[in-house]
Amino acid sequence: MDLKTSDRVTAPLRSTASNGLKIVIVGGFGVGKTTMVRSVSEIRPLSTEEVMTRAGVGIDDAAGVRDKTTTTVAFDFGRISLNDQMVLYLFGAPGQQRFWFLWDRLFSGTLGAVVLVDTRRVEDSWYAIDRLEHHGMPFIVARNDFGGPAYRLEDIRKALDLSEDIPLIDCDARERDSSKKVLITLVNHLYSLSTAQTGGR
Amino acid sequence: MTSRSVDREDPDRLYIVTGGRSRVDEDSIDIVSLIVSECDPTPGMQSEHVKILRMCTNPMAVVEIAAELGLPVSVVKILLCDLLDTGRITARHPTAAPAKTKLPEPAILKQVLLGLENL
Ligand SMILES: Nc1nc2c(ncn2[C@@H]2O[C@H](COP(=O)(O)OP(=O)(O)OP(=O)(O)O)[C@@H](O)[C@H]2O)c(=O)[nH]1
Ligand SMILES: [Mg+2]
Repeated sequence: MDLKTSDRVTAPLRSTASNGLKIVIVGGFGVGKTTMVRSVSEIRPLSTEEVMTRAGVGIDDAAGVRDKTTTTVAFDFGRISLNDQMVLYLFGAPGQQRFWFLWDRLFSGTLGAVVLVDTRRVEDSWYAIDRLEHHGMPFIVARNDFGGPAYRLEDIRKALDLSEDIPLIDCDARERDSSKKVLITLVNHLYSLSTAQTGGR
Repeated sequence: MTSRSVDREDPDRLYIVTGGRSRVDEDSIDIVSLIVSECDPTPGMQSEHVKILRMCTNPMAVVEIAAELGLPVSVVKILLCDLLDTGRITARHPTAAPAKTKLPEPAILKQVLLGLENL
């Protein structure tokens, strides 16, 4: 298929763009990851995938790939040009188990992560939070409100066993301003962590 | 765009696309490394290489190239290594987080914040 320039899925970046940055949005099935990427991205979300050969797949995933030589993880992403040099890529990533085997390969060097939580299925986020902690990846938690029971944020903090120093906020992933606020909250959090680290040296 | 699943892709096809190469210093290429063409495609060049050279007249991230080509990231990295080896493209690698466990400098994060606030 011959794509006309106007049909291209990605608008070109500035010629001065030189520094790509990553933020990952993780969460359970249907929690609003793609919606959040879409609401702040300057391009419509694109999707791509990574494959892993059988040899690289962890033990607990082996049963699922017995008849295959590869396993595939799909993720989508959007893009925000921050200034002439910096381009932020936002990745919506599934919280499922096999995804985490690819974390280092795909997302090392990620600035930080947003864990999206649907209060009707809080337990979906446990695994993601556990893995992020394991990888030493800083994160914040955002409750995407689907209009379920009105839990207080402190109850959610308890249910997630989240320490006090990790920001927990409400959001509506469909709203650009709300998603923007989530990202700003994450970067502010990273900023305080980074200043503390630098100052402590 | 929904990309094709590689599970259903003929392994021979992936082998052909990458010229059977698997020895690759692809670890040096990040998924958000920005790729820039340094020359025009030439006749007889492999079609994936041609597409990449056309796509990257302006900088383009590795994941964007993968999404456009409908190929897995790891396959695209191999294609890019070939083009890098022969100087047909250059790569602008991310500088924000030099070490895996280290946070970016506050100054960099300030710039990110500013960019987000100006959205
Ligand atoms: N009420 C409400 N609905 C939302 C919100 N965010 C997303 N949705 C809807 O929830 C559905 C799932 O959202 P997606 O963005 O596709 O979720 P996802 O996490 O990408 O889903 P998977 O990739 O399939 O795991 C869509 O129909 C959205 O329109 C929200 O904040 N409030
Ligand atoms: Mg999605």
